[in-house]
Amino acid sequence: MNSRIGYIAFNTFREAVRDRVLYNLIAFALLLSGTAILVGEISIDIERLVVVNLGLTAVSLFGVVIAIFIGIGLVSKEMDKRTLYTVLSRPVRRWEFVVGKFFGLTGTLVVNTFLMAIGVFLSLLYVAHKFEKMDAWVLVALYFIVLQFLIVCALALFFSSFSTPLMSAVFTFALFVIGSLAEDLRGFARITHGFGGWIATAVAYLVPNFSALNVISQVAHGDPVPGRLILYNSVYALLYSAMAISGAVLIFQRRNLK
Amino acid sequence: MAAIEILDLEKSYLVGFWRKRPKLALRPLRLTIEEGEVFGFLGPNGAGKTTTLKLLMGLVFPTAGTARILGMDMDDPRVKSQIGFLPEQPYFYDHLSARELLNYYGQLSGVPPKGRSARVEQMLARVGLSDSAGVQLRKFSKGMLQRVGLAQAILHDPKLVFLDEPMSGLDPMGRREVRDMIQQLRCEGKTVFFSTHILSDAEALCDRVGIIHQGELRGVGAVAELTSQTQGKVEIIFCAQGVPADLTSLGAEARVSGDMVNAVLPEERQDAALEVLRRERLKLISLTPVRSSLEEYYIQKLRPAENRKGVGV
Repeated sequence: MNSRIGYIAFNTFREAVRDRVLYNLIAFALLLSGTAILVGEISIDIERLVVVNLGLTAVSLFGVVIAIFIGIGLVSKEMDKRTLYTVLSRPVRRWEFVVGKFFGLTGTLVVNTFLMAIGVFLSLLYVAHKFEKMDAWVLVALYFIVLQFLIVCALALFFSSFSTPLMSAVFTFALFVIGSLAEDLRGFARITHGFGGWIATAVAYLVPNFSALNVISQVAHGDPVPGRLILYNSVYALLYSAMAISGAVLIFQRRNLK
Repeated sequence: MAAIEILDLEKSYLVGFWRKRPKLALRPLRLTIEEGEVFGFLGPNGAGKTTTLKLLMGLVFPTAGTARILGMDMDDPRVKSQIGFLPEQPYFYDHLSARELLNYYGQLSGVPPKGRSARVEQMLARVGLSDSAGVQLRKFSKGMLQRVGLAQAILHDPKLVFLDEPMSGLDPMGRREVRDMIQQLRCEGKTVFFSTHILSDAEALCDRVGIIHQGELRGVGAVAELTSQTQGKVEIIFCAQGVPADLTSLGAEARVSGDMVNAVLPEERQDAALEVLRRERLKLISLTPVRSSLEEYYIQKLRPAENRKGVGV
């Protein structure tokens, strides 16, 4: 990696940590431990299912909220506060700045997810008293959640390169919700004909397919995740994020800093 | 070699909500600044000083024209490693300490890892922040932030330093320190391009000044020349309790302050005035020709524009 990108990424990560972004982990830990204790008291035979479902959903939602709310301010905050002036007046190219910011935020989210994953496994151990082989699929679900974060960060960055923080948050969250229903949209497109069918197909394939990246329910039931899906999802998430980041770079390259 | 050659650099913005129309922020600007020179870019607020600096830093893009910095095109990435920039009212990453910030900027500027820490400490000492180096910038006063700003601008030992209103908002002591630092940069052979609307600072520091108003360069001149021009008047200071009537009849404009009198009169009546003082047995303190000040030049360059409507739009 270009060293300047690394420096910018590390500074972004350090800023997030010092601005107490990881404090969300406390709320997450309280939620999960409370749930584990409650589930242990009242459920029979479905403790694992409930803990995995709830734990992974919480990891996903906490992460998406962080990705959106930090992602939309990554560039705009630097422009508003003019911290960007003393960075771009150095031998730093604009694309390096955008990519460095992106890596900094995704790094923050990976660390956040890792710590939350420890919480999920501890809760699992509490309710089931031991780990089983099928618990390994929880790791795959967590990996897919990280892939979701990559796309959400890239989209937040893309929208914030030309829009206000509020509108960027609205656009990104809307795409996250629509993308979570992408499989339903594709099904709808298949049964729609004519011009409407074209539009539905275009929309269904343009929005990020977050539903393919959601295997929480599957792994909660202990079902395996096919290796082919892991490969497809990895390539898809990387390509989609790369496209969104490229769009952000293209817009930011031409932008006058006021 | 010229340090900066600005070649008809021009900037306009589109304004308006429905029907966008161009608003000229900078009329075609042609200006050359020589190496080793301290150049003051003067003008009132909104004159186009910051726009010019932002164009040269690549923060905004010109509508037309270009510039050459240290012999290279302004878009050449190599330029950035040889220039330092202090923006107006700088704001830095407040989660970092001064030491961390300078280290980060050192990394981005390509200061080699070996010796980077020493360079950072040297800069902190130079701006008098060694004792607060580990404190987060969110706890810094405005004056301290300005010092950090100066340190980051010269951290990588640039040949050319751009300072946007470096004295703005500082107390007299802070202004003095910034002035000393600019003097020091001059002694080190650096080229300094700084914008200000504080004329006394420009007069004390600059080799040459340029006056900009409403996006238009109104004049460029060497400070020494501008302030050495006499106005055909002399100022006489002498000891007396009042103004002698004979002196008033010579057309002197006099002001009494305690037992001192300060009189200004046309140069050709200087001998007659001295004769009056001799006759009245008054003690002469000084006699000096009245020289133009930078302020007069500035006002003169700004004044014609005041009557012109719509300039800059």
